[in-house]
Amino acid sequence: MARAATTTDAFNAVAEPRRRQILDALANGERPVNDLVAALGLPQPLVSKHLRVLRQVGLVEVRDEGRQRLYRLNAGPLRPIHEWVKSYEQLWTERFARLDVVLEELKELESEDTDDDDE
Amino acid sequence: MMTTSSHTAVVTLPTDTQILITREFAAPRHLVYRASTTPELIKRWWSGERGEMTLAEVDLRVGGRWRYVMTANAGFEVAFHGEYLEIVPDERIVHTEVYEGIPDADEAAATVTVTFEEKDGHTLLSTLVQHKNQQNRDMHIDSGMEGGMQEAFDKLEQVAVSLL
Repeated sequence: MARAATTTDAFNAVAEPRRRQILDALANGERPVNDLVAALGLPQPLVSKHLRVLRQVGLVEVRDEGRQRLYRLNAGPLRPIHEWVKSYEQLWTERFARLDVVLEELKELESEDTDDDDE
Repeated sequence: MMTTSSHTAVVTLPTDTQILITREFAAPRHLVYRASTTPELIKRWWSGERGEMTLAEVDLRVGGRWRYVMTANAGFEVAFHGEYLEIVPDERIVHTEVYEGIPDADEAAATVTVTFEEKDGHTLLSTLVQHKNQQNRDMHIDSGMEGGMQEAFDKLEQVAVSLL
């Protein structure tokens, strides 16, 4: 699937699950990149890539302190979107939990049919 | 049934005009397809915990129309309709989707591609919502925020409180 430039759109920036993890991790306060790498269990180049995207849309700010670069969240404008993606996921998770129940019944019906054939 | 699925739906916004919802199911795809296209089965899951479906009309052929109506727990009614553009049984359905609650609804129709992929008896269900422009996509998001997305959390909160 072709992807549009993520960097133009804060919606996209926050819709990527790993970037949401980074935002969540930064919600607890300013952190250096190594901290984020450890917290997320992702390779550093990938974390750096996501941080770059988040900086470009203004969701993450950075400052140098000594030899460290510290990243911090600027989530104010984004909170509603972040909440939306989470709540939209919640809606579909609810739907699909019910769909699971329907599917279990359909599977049982099919296996009963098969049992009947065996008799 | 007390078992709860650990599966959560994954929502991403692949481009400025799209919303993608994916989830894996422990069932072969012909059953996921059946549950997604049979009115009495759709009625059992599509409203989630948000309300009751009062109507699920499905005229499953290219050019045929569909319409879903749900009465939300809060009492108001929400309705969606559309037309089937492409049907590959057990594999893929492409249809338009119109949320009837906005002005000039039909002009803001989205195109939805539902894909059923089976692997080892499990099915990956992907629903790609393609809006005509970013404004419509963002409106979808905004309307969701206003129109009842909060309900689930309210309900969850009530349940949590009742457990205290």
